[in-house]
Amino acid sequence: MTQQTAESAARKQRAQLKVRTLRTDRWWLAPALTFAGLTFFLIYGFWAIFDKSYFVEPYIAPFSSPCLTTACPEGARLFGWAPIGDWFTLPPGLIILGLPAGFRFTCYYYRKSYYRSFWLSPPACAVGEPHKKYTGETRLPLVIQNVHRYFFYGAILIGAILSYDAVLALIHKPAGLGTWILLVNAALIVLYTLSCHSCRHITAGRLNHFSKHPLRYRAWTFVSKLNAKHMQLAWASLFSVMIADFYVRMVAKGVITFPFA
Amino acid sequence: MSYKGKFRVWRGEGGEGRLEDFTVEVNEGEVVLDVIHRLQATQAPDLAVRWNCKAGKCGSCSMEINGKPRLGCMTRMSTFTEEETITVTPMRTFPVIKDLVTDVSYNYQKAREIPSFTPPADVKPGEYRMQQIDVERSQEFRKCIECFMCNNVCHVIRDHEENKTHFAGPRFLMRIAELDMHPYDVADRKDSAQEDHGLGYCNITKCCTEVCPEHIKITDNALIPMKERVVDRKYDPLVWLGNKIFRR
Repeated sequence: MTQQTAESAARKQRAQLKVRTLRTDRWWLAPALTFAGLTFFLIYGFWAIFDKSYFVEPYIAPFSSPCLTTACPEGARLFGWAPIGDWFTLPPGLIILGLPAGFRFTCYYYRKSYYRSFWLSPPACAVGEPHKKYTGETRLPLVIQNVHRYFFYGAILIGAILSYDAVLALIHKPAGLGTWILLVNAALIVLYTLSCHSCRHITAGRLNHFSKHPLRYRAWTFVSKLNAKHMQLAWASLFSVMIADFYVRMVAKGVITFPFA
Repeated sequence: MSYKGKFRVWRGEGGEGRLEDFTVEVNEGEVVLDVIHRLQATQAPDLAVRWNCKAGKCGSCSMEINGKPRLGCMTRMSTFTEEETITVTPMRTFPVIKDLVTDVSYNYQKAREIPSFTPPADVKPGEYRMQQIDVERSQEFRKCIECFMCNNVCHVIRDHEENKTHFAGPRFLMRIAELDMHPYDVADRKDSAQEDHGLGYCNITKCCTEVCPEHIKITDNALIPMKERVVDRKYDPLVWLGNKIFRR
């Protein structure tokens, strides 16, 4: 006979419903779509990182920008620099991948989405999770999620570089479809980055006296408006970066050849 | 226009009980609580249900309707089809007293564990001077009607009874955030939010926000800002260094 703990005794005082949930709506749809969307992104990202067709004048694929090694074509290098030199023989995109990947991985919105869709903790509201124990973000490894603001600083840098790439494309090929795809992508990436909860905190969220810091308060108000759309911007920028990256690679491979490509 | 609605309602005391089927008249414009009252009046006089204002302002009639935490008085019958069987159960996270009434004393215990508003010692009542923009963040949280549906839906305690001892739940983490953001509160709440009230257990899956009948953005405006304040204190060496250098 098993010994009954105080915890299980307390739990037995709850309504003993034997089902995981009584929800009758399609609660599984949102986590399933999220799972599909994020998995698709991961698969695409894995392919893109190892694909070598990342540059065609004047476009550089976002997954490989900035290109910082001597293996990069001359025009693909950021300001013509190759600070990493020739010792790095892996795909150049791997050098900077950690910043945007870390930013998205620790993002408060993406945390919600993958905790729900991948870890099922919980899969949906009022739907029982399968795990016996739960410690949340109180210990390793998940306590590392608290470094999000450092990835935010890195993501600002990446957003600036992608904007620079788009402006370069605009200067050299203003009528190119790729230019406008890169511009829209850069805008969405920057908006997603600025809508971040850490950005909101840094602008003025950490203050208790907004009235003493009117400029920071105005910045906080602006970021708060963006922050309300953080989820939409997260998905829009996720797809825009994939579309922009794929488009540039297709042009570089010669698959897309029409005059205004 | 009336129809006969099909209901399954949890009946029982303590944890023991079962779902019982009822067919009850439903009239146009009614809410679930109206039908529960008709059920009480016509078929199950001993059915226990907690209610008070019938206007979504007292937070008494929290229950789970088709598995979702809802206020009985704010859930319109017109949101269901006439053929649908509506399942009404008590809040799943708290012990059942009888039928749809739960013992929510966990919440009062957690409320008592939070130190109350602590103004500076040299500021007397009546001397507080605050700009509207300084207090409006906290005012959003004052809309809370304490229906405790956020604590009920939070999987940290809903699925893990053992976490009740060290997790205050979204309602009271929001209370801590409210006080921490208050321009005249001088108590140090960041360490205790993490260490004593279990803020780190929150994995920001936003169910508390989804079920809040007052549409308070609990996660975005209280829990995440509070997490960021804790990061300032515990996990960000730059902020720590800045505070050391620029401290007056």
